[in-house]
Amino acid sequence: MKQQVRRLLQLLLLLLAIVFPFGVNNYWLDVATLVLFYVVLSQGLNVVVGFAGLLDLGYAAFFAVGAYTTGILMTVYGWSFWMTIPVAILLAAISGVIIGAPTLRLRSDYLAIVTLGFGEIIRILAINLDITGSASGIYGIPRPSIVGYTLSGQSDFYYLILLLAILTILAVSRLGRSRIGRAWMYIREDEDAAEAMGINRIRMKLLAYSIGAVIGSLAGSVFAVKMSAIAPLSFSFMQSIMILLAVVLGGLGSIPGVVLGALLVIVLPEVLRSAEDWRYLIFGAALVVMMIYRPQGVWPARYEAVPERQSRDKSAAAAGSLTESDGRSRELS
Amino acid sequence: MEVVLQTLVDGLVVGAFYSLIALGYTMVFGIIKLLNFAHGDLYMLGAFIGFSLLSWLTGDGTGAAGLMGIGVVFLLAMFLVGVIGMGMERLAYRPLLLAPRLSILITAIGVSLFLENGAMIVWSPNFLVYPLQLPQDGWEIFGAHISYTQAALIAISALLMYGLQLFIQRTIYGKAMRAIALDQTACHLMGIDVHRVIGLTFFIGASLAAGAGVMSGAYYGTVNFMMGFIIGLKAFTAAVLGGIGSIPGAMLGGFLLGMMETAGTFLIGGSWKDVVAFSVLILILVLKPTGIMGEKVTERM
Repeated sequence: MKQQVRRLLQLLLLLLAIVFPFGVNNYWLDVATLVLFYVVLSQGLNVVVGFAGLLDLGYAAFFAVGAYTTGILMTVYGWSFWMTIPVAILLAAISGVIIGAPTLRLRSDYLAIVTLGFGEIIRILAINLDITGSASGIYGIPRPSIVGYTLSGQSDFYYLILLLAILTILAVSRLGRSRIGRAWMYIREDEDAAEAMGINRIRMKLLAYSIGAVIGSLAGSVFAVKMSAIAPLSFSFMQSIMILLAVVLGGLGSIPGVVLGALLVIVLPEVLRSAEDWRYLIFGAALVVMMIYRPQGVWPARYEAVPERQSRDKSAAAAGSLTESDGRSRELS
Repeated sequence: MEVVLQTLVDGLVVGAFYSLIALGYTMVFGIIKLLNFAHGDLYMLGAFIGFSLLSWLTGDGTGAAGLMGIGVVFLLAMFLVGVIGMGMERLAYRPLLLAPRLSILITAIGVSLFLENGAMIVWSPNFLVYPLQLPQDGWEIFGAHISYTQAALIAISALLMYGLQLFIQRTIYGKAMRAIALDQTACHLMGIDVHRVIGLTFFIGASLAAGAGVMSGAYYGTVNFMMGFIIGLKAFTAAVLGGIGSIPGAMLGGFLLGMMETAGTFLIGGSWKDVVAFSVLILILVLKPTGIMGEKVTERM
């Protein structure tokens, strides 16, 4: 029964998303498109941070890998958009392994910093290399076409990214419930115990990085053709932070939560737009208040497998990946 | 020879700023294991408060602040930002001391957004020119130019760091800080007011960052509300390079990073210097994750 209600709700939401472009003006359509980009990106990061518990502060780098791969291949070599996607996927998977491999031994804070460093390096490379068009970026990226129909209007790209978002959500939620997903969650909760249970820690972590990277780069490829111009500014540290915010605000490891988080991160500053200069100030303060009163996110993940231990599981999920009993005293509460 | 010496001097100045900010990072991390991402913004606030005080003192830059005036402004800015740092800890971090790492990290990002945009509203988003002209003349040693300003900045930084070292080694509060870094629970049981010491740590860290802010505002001549962000990252790099949690490590890391950056700018151009900084960071972390002077952390079981 509950299952059916949920199905119905999901269908309704999907329908709403499909008819959405007909009911709104261009401005809100643009905002909605951006939300969908964030849905894809934050689901990708959800695999890395939410499932596997690897704090990544440089996720926008993968977004950049996809965007630049598509941008360069289309403008310099004249490839078709659809042909660039496999290359973007391949490059992203490789860069995921490159970032992942040396960092596997590190503790969570150091891991965060290394990923941050990689993100900055990718951005600075994009600013300084000739092939990436240096600071002004790449422009004049052609429109993609499907069997003769050229995607050009705003709603065309809305549907393209909607499709990608739906595919991503399906893939990530299935991954989360699969054998691999469970392995990730064991690693997140206790790495040593997971290894003792026969999980190949290194392979699983690399897989998490690579899958997250591939999802991020797909969003990047679509972003490149949607904007038809890309610049290093779009792949800054702030971008990585906003994606991470979406994941944490929504609830680590929770698929619907992360979708909601993406919506909040984009729509809240837009709603606050009338507040002009004050909006990011308010946003910052709201974040602090949010973390104090609801640190587990708006829609935390629930694990229903072990009902009698649900309350404990819930708190474990709320605590997310990075809970560590690291000498922080209980008395301080 | 002169090039090497010049690089050394310029690197020392930049390194002094990094060291001062890195100290705050390292102290906060050492004591409550928090990566305080808003720390770079305290440096920015210090620069801006110094700017406002100096403007007020000199009457919009028409008068000249004497050495005494500059000193007072410097100390006042350090004090005010120290209080802001304490307030930040009280309002945003203390309720979350027991929360998961990630929540408190997000809070830090929220605080950072708040401070940056608050500064933008108060002081406008433009680059502001510091109402202070520092003398450019100085000594020529083996062909390298060392201005009085540079010498003074290095001296002041060294003095501040020496003072901090004394404070931590000699006073009862310093002892309490070291004890809390080791074991918070035990300290609490022993009757140490843990919150008070944490507040004090934030005060000291914030005022050191503010000192660096005022000095760099005077040194570079312009301030901007975004200036805290990238330097916060660099200072963090410095702290990790030296071994996070270690105070001498933060000083050493700051100076080393400053010199590597200056050398990198000289060798491969200014636009690549951040790549140098971050590559060094990654190499250090991969090869020696505890940094140069960090203690070996036993893997948690």
